[in-house]
Amino acid sequence: MKDTFTLGGHEFTSRFILGSGKYNLSLIKAAIEDAGAEIITLALRRANTKKEENILDYIPEGVTLLPNTSGARTAEEAVRIAHLAREMGCGDFVKIEIMRDSKYLLPDNYETIRATEILAKEGYVVMPYMYPDLNVARSLAAAGAACIMPLAAPIGSNKGLATKEFIQILIDEIELPIIVDAGIGRPSQACEAMEMGAAAIMANTAIATAGDIPAMAGAFKKAIEAGRTAYLTGMGRVLQRGSEASDPLTGFLGD
Amino acid sequence: MVTVNGEQAADAAGKTILDYLTEHGYPGRYVAVECNGEIVPKATFEERVIQDGDTIEVVRFVGGG
Amino acid sequence: MEENQFLIENSALTGEALEKKRRLEQDPSSRTDHMAYMEGMEQIQSDVRERVMAQTAAYDYDRYTAADVAAALSHDTCTIEDFKALLSPAALPFLEQMAEKAQLETRKHFGNSVYIFTPLYIANYCENYCIYCGFNCYNQIHRKKLTMEEIEREMKVIADSGIEEILMLTGESRKMSDLNYIGEACKLARKYFRNVGLEIYPVNADEYAYLHQCGADYITVFQETYNPDKYETLHLMGHKRVWPYRFEAQERALRGGMRGVGFSALLGLDDFRKDALATGLHVYYLQRKYPHAEMSLSCPRLRPIINNEKINPRDVHEKQLCQILCAYRIFLPFAGITVSSRENARFRNGIIRIAATKVSAGVSTGIGDHEAKYSGKEEAAAGDEQFEIADSRSFDEMYDAICAQGLQPVLNDYIYTDAEDGSRF
Repeated sequence: MKDTFTLGGHEFTSRFILGSGKYNLSLIKAAIEDAGAEIITLALRRANTKKEENILDYIPEGVTLLPNTSGARTAEEAVRIAHLAREMGCGDFVKIEIMRDSKYLLPDNYETIRATEILAKEGYVVMPYMYPDLNVARSLAAAGAACIMPLAAPIGSNKGLATKEFIQILIDEIELPIIVDAGIGRPSQACEAMEMGAAAIMANTAIATAGDIPAMAGAFKKAIEAGRTAYLTGMGRVLQRGSEASDPLTGFLGD
Repeated sequence: MVTVNGEQAADAAGKTILDYLTEHGYPGRYVAVECNGEIVPKATFEERVIQDGDTIEVVRFVGGG
Repeated sequence: MEENQFLIENSALTGEALEKKRRLEQDPSSRTDHMAYMEGMEQIQSDVRERVMAQTAAYDYDRYTAADVAAALSHDTCTIEDFKALLSPAALPFLEQMAEKAQLETRKHFGNSVYIFTPLYIANYCENYCIYCGFNCYNQIHRKKLTMEEIEREMKVIADSGIEEILMLTGESRKMSDLNYIGEACKLARKYFRNVGLEIYPVNADEYAYLHQCGADYITVFQETYNPDKYETLHLMGHKRVWPYRFEAQERALRGGMRGVGFSALLGLDDFRKDALATGLHVYYLQRKYPHAEMSLSCPRLRPIINNEKINPRDVHEKQLCQILCAYRIFLPFAGITVSSRENARFRNGIIRIAATKVSAGVSTGIGDHEAKYSGKEEAAAGDEQFEIADSRSFDEMYDAICAQGLQPVLNDYIYTDAEDGSRF
């Protein structure tokens, strides 16, 4: 059976969502190909009048575009950006990203819930980026999110699974796909998140800041696949150090 | 006066959106337009005439995470 | 027929009644559709039943190997697959390791606390013919329904012994023990106890809301068996025969505002591994849907009843019971686990070290005999008991036994958050 995951009724095989920020457009095609990515994120900005190259020209056919709402500070702004992105004619996917903090760029969970509610009702496939909090994740699920995208570490930090325990709780408790987003800096960290049961990984800075961008995209692809396979196979046992209890707990049992 | 992407555009009033975008080299296929906070559907770029006092945003996709 | 161990004669029955009893026992077509809701029974929209039953139907416990069990024991979080492995026959040789892991989980979530409560049976009238139960309507026993004065007297006796949490039970007769009667009993109970639980016939959500207003905060309903086909052959008559209405009782209770709900299969009625799986999943899915709710499990095995000494827990021996309880604890570390006086003192002393977090004490499953029990004074017209108990320790004895294990007896740590005057903690 093919191992796929579903977002808003769309099925995906690749579990690597690639970001397109912070690197040269000429490398995007190679990065997508080496990443094996089926989804790529984009941002929306004011257009310049001077002729400039267009990112859409560099993205191969068939790759799902995932516009984010970066720049939004409130639910209303995020909704506005989502409306504009949809008007570009690139589908109904939207990654909600609402930051009211310009120092750490941490997502505002409350505004994110509000935006999710509005956009899900309007028929968007809503993918909310959030600080991993179980209650918020439940609210997002109830609001109609297609997945939950908890951050692993502050965005762009490449620090890895700093929020591991809390992401594990989301994986255990939430029935939507959990896509670890932000902070994943190395393939080994992506692999670990997949071993934990994450549905997919979203990465950008880790690839954008590598020496060879397409090669690093390929390294992430392999790590994500390895982690996924390990998760599906079931981890082997870990030997515990320790000794038999001298007084067995079950010694009392009769019949 | 008309404002486009935060800047004053003296020549905009009276033109259709499509004409304005073409004249200024915006890649029409790749942008979305908002007028006074409302989205202007692509299909109406040809008919929609810019009025004096309008605030217009022209946006496009760029790289992002 | 396998369940013939249950059927007994009642020489007092004559004519029509006897004929009806026989017909119900022998002719399945004379029984009503156990999957059809009766008039007045609320039907809620919920996918919990479907999910539990799909998992249970697909459960082939012989498929699991020692390697599956070892893997399950090594995981930090126990998945549904792990739970299935832990309930399988392959897990029995791992019982000691399961107990160690269960003990860790219990201590992590409950510390060294063991709660003590007492059940108070206020009426034993019943309209159902459930062939394994001492209260069944064809069993010739002394029936009794306590008056409010009698209930209060019993409560005083129990409260004086030091107990702070009470579980009130009735036979399942809406006619003889109506909602108002139970509600009034709850109001009385709130005067003497800090936590009032109910184990009564299932009711609709608005009725649970009424009982909640009267002071009840915890609803326990035993599903008996999660196999509807088996259930049909055991619950031959009465509203209890409606299997889905019973299944949804906990969810209606939560919608009615109850703080917590209790679950159980009666182990030994059907395939105990499947019933234990379904019980665990029932808790699991409801907890995910109502994350604020408290959940608890019981693990009763069949016991002899008046007029039938032969009833026994069949293949659920103490080892299997311990395996089930360890699996429950590992899969549902947050859930309370109650071990009642159906089990003997040796078993209860052992299991509170591993998985159980609540035990009953000073138990009588008869009607209105607490006073007699505590004071030695014989009550003239006490009602007969539901089943024979195996551990008759008093509150004081139980308290000391818990201390002797190095554990901490807790009478109550309950806070009513929505008391009318806001003051009664």
